[in-house]
Amino acid sequence: MTGSASVAGSAVPTRPEALSAPPRPAFSHDWRRIARIGAIAALGQMFIALSNMPVRLDERLVVKPVLSLGYLVLLFLPVAVGYRHGHQTVREGVPVSRPGLHEVVGGFSCGLLAGGGLSVLAVLLAHFDLREPLVNWSPILLDLLAFGNNTWFAAVIWLVIGAGLGAAGGAVRLLGPVSRRAVVTMALAVAGAAVLESLVVDLAEGMGLEALADRLYARRGGVNWNSALGLAGVCGVLAVIGRGRLRHARLRHAELQGTKRTRANAALIALTAAALIVLPLFAGKLTNELLANVGLFVLLALGLNVVVGLAGILDLGYVAFFAVGSYCAAVLTAATSPRITPEMPWLVALVVVVVITGLVGLFIGAPVIRMRGDYLAIVTLGFGEIIRLLFLSDWLSGWFGGAQGITKIPAAGIFGLTEVSGTDPRRVFYLVLVFCALAVYVSWRLERSRLGRAWMAVREDETVAEAMGINTVNVKLMAFVVGAVLGSFSGAIFAAKVGSVFPASFLILVSIVILVVVIFGGMGNIVGVIAGAAVLIGVLGGPKQPGLLVEFSEFKLLIYGALLIWMMLARPAGLIPSVRRTRELHQHEMAQDAWLQGQVDDEDEGKEARSSTAAARR
Amino acid sequence: MTDVPTPAAPGAGCALLQTRRLSVDFGGLHALDQLSFEVRESEIVSVIGPNGAGKTTLFNAITATVEASAGDIVFEGQSLLGLDPNRVTQRGIARTFQNVRLFANMSVLENVMVSQHCRTKQHAFGALLYTRAFRREEAEIRRRAEEILGFFGTRLIGYRMDQPAFTLSYANRRRLEIARAMATQPKLILLDEPVAGMNPVESAELTGLIGRLRDEWGFAIVVIEHDMGVVREVSDRVVVLDHGVKIAEGDYADVASDPQVIEAYLGQGTGGK
Repeated sequence: MTGSASVAGSAVPTRPEALSAPPRPAFSHDWRRIARIGAIAALGQMFIALSNMPVRLDERLVVKPVLSLGYLVLLFLPVAVGYRHGHQTVREGVPVSRPGLHEVVGGFSCGLLAGGGLSVLAVLLAHFDLREPLVNWSPILLDLLAFGNNTWFAAVIWLVIGAGLGAAGGAVRLLGPVSRRAVVTMALAVAGAAVLESLVVDLAEGMGLEALADRLYARRGGVNWNSALGLAGVCGVLAVIGRGRLRHARLRHAELQGTKRTRANAALIALTAAALIVLPLFAGKLTNELLANVGLFVLLALGLNVVVGLAGILDLGYVAFFAVGSYCAAVLTAATSPRITPEMPWLVALVVVVVITGLVGLFIGAPVIRMRGDYLAIVTLGFGEIIRLLFLSDWLSGWFGGAQGITKIPAAGIFGLTEVSGTDPRRVFYLVLVFCALAVYVSWRLERSRLGRAWMAVREDETVAEAMGINTVNVKLMAFVVGAVLGSFSGAIFAAKVGSVFPASFLILVSIVILVVVIFGGMGNIVGVIAGAAVLIGVLGGPKQPGLLVEFSEFKLLIYGALLIWMMLARPAGLIPSVRRTRELHQHEMAQDAWLQGQVDDEDEGKEARSSTAAARR
Repeated sequence: MTDVPTPAAPGAGCALLQTRRLSVDFGGLHALDQLSFEVRESEIVSVIGPNGAGKTTLFNAITATVEASAGDIVFEGQSLLGLDPNRVTQRGIARTFQNVRLFANMSVLENVMVSQHCRTKQHAFGALLYTRAFRREEAEIRRRAEEILGFFGTRLIGYRMDQPAFTLSYANRRRLEIARAMATQPKLILLDEPVAGMNPVESAELTGLIGRLRDEWGFAIVVIEHDMGVVREVSDRVVVLDHGVKIAEGDYADVASDPQVIEAYLGQGTGGK
């Protein structure tokens, strides 16, 4: 860990120091760029409006009398493009203009166009009927856009709102770093408090702070107008006080070496573990349910991470192992299982489940693993579906109950100490936590072993790995089996938690979601994968499990898609990228940076210089 | 053309590697045509020939990357035909690649450590339980890797060990490829154009290194090389291929003066570089 991390520390490109130039003139613009940004934003606004999000979410108040979630989703895009317009690429040696009126005017124009999208939409809504292809083309939407007034009011008001918000977005660039941080924190705090209302209330109840929650939120949902101001104020002040602290701490941590770093890491892990153990005690049922769901997906994502992130096998049918784990646990523990009813205790069943899933991993893996790249992905996709269809089929319905599945699966007993079932999500969470810890340990240990190195080599270049004496088939099979076993843990817990298993719980969508979690979080990085699961499953929700943003569950896949696209553009290596992935994606830039920094690896010339830098690095 | 000398009977002398009437066809093209040659223990053999003569195909056939259409490859008295490439490596044949193929995103040290895979045996459970045997083996793998990297002087050790392989200079990448081949603990190393793209100083140094590989580590070595200076310097014997056929064999001086070779390889009327 320490070795590779210190390399990353030196290899990560540092942002070149920006030279500053006088502000650009207010009205001299690249109008084509503005038109492009504005047009994209306008289309985006229309798309959001027609996706029915505003109408569906209109009833959910964010700030008591003034703002609903429905309007909020229409407001953020103009601000975003207004801000984005002022972006300047920082290049070494090229001066960056100080922000000025130019940014505000540009933001204004972009926002105007973005708002114009809704104006056009309002007019179109009033004069044409396109309900046939666009199901959300409705007078209700028009009414919402017009704030209850007539069409022309809608057309004008959205131009005004768009331009105003765009200008505001551009104006954010005028603020100094401190005030900008404060403003952003304030906005995020209010939005967060409003959107995460259910979580905050639930936690507040657990900690006996109902009074505070009552004060913050209006009776029928939404943050009170005055408490929103209060919250914003407090957070703004906190942001100013705490500015840079976090970043400093992180930098200091990154600089630590050797045992100090190990110790710091251990302390961090201990703190996180303590928080995870203590938190559920204060959380209500709702939050614990959520945590348990996140945990199940963390477990799945960690399993898939071994296959995809470490060994580089793109497995699109990972849900198969989740399904096999669930069904095995169900058959072995439930008294209502159609054919055999061993009614084993859950822990005993788990051992059998692990063995069987491992064998299924071998069975599926053996034919699949000889393929490479895209072919392998397609075949795994097929196997994922085959497994589900087998459980659904009439042929095996005598064993697994076909479409009816297996119901009344008993709670998971742990050494007779306690029973874990879906009715008490807190216990489920603790059980999941134990297995997550196990999965983290397994991934962490294996990555730094002979097997882990072989996985890496296979990921890098299979032909060469084979030529270097690695039995690539065996090694890849191992990855498949380890992934399968980790997935089966999740399945076995899932069966006990939900109390029933149906083929419909194991749709291909689950595979995709898990893969998205891994990619979004950061392939090959344990912390990244956990963060990815927390963000996607915790905030947005899993394929069938509600997340924190319950209101958005209908639009979950839309948001997933948008997030994934944004992620691939902005941070292709994921939320918390693994050092190696970053290297793979930025090889050339890093090599160039190393060259610029004088760590040139040219032969013979400058040998002295090099050995002196080498000495300096110790 | 087909004056192929019949190879020595199996077991005769101390031939480490023998190809017996080895042919490789790609469709209608005979990349190798009934090639017979042998490498004895601790011997350095150069394989030369113009582009497309089948030199790299010979390496690929020996390491089982391509399938032989006819003939046999015998290593230490046992046939290599039908083995997977990793089994061939395990038997004791390592290779480098003409177009340097390192594990670019793994560190220099890891590149060498991972190449000891077939000589080590700790499995997942050892790693999970963090057994003593596991730790001992890890330490041993690391020690060996550092020892091998140390063979190249100060170039690949020190801070550079922990840097990803793609940060290395071209010459160092070639050195790391050789280090990686050494790490598989082979008896025979196949070097595919080890000095291609190097400057004269570097290639002179590497030439010395190839000699030391044999003298200090006891490897038998087959070198494919275009640089005649290097060939003259290192080889005990030179094998000349043209269109998949062996047209000459012998020490450098003999081969260089062979009219057939001069015509096929060195061009009309010139005598060496």
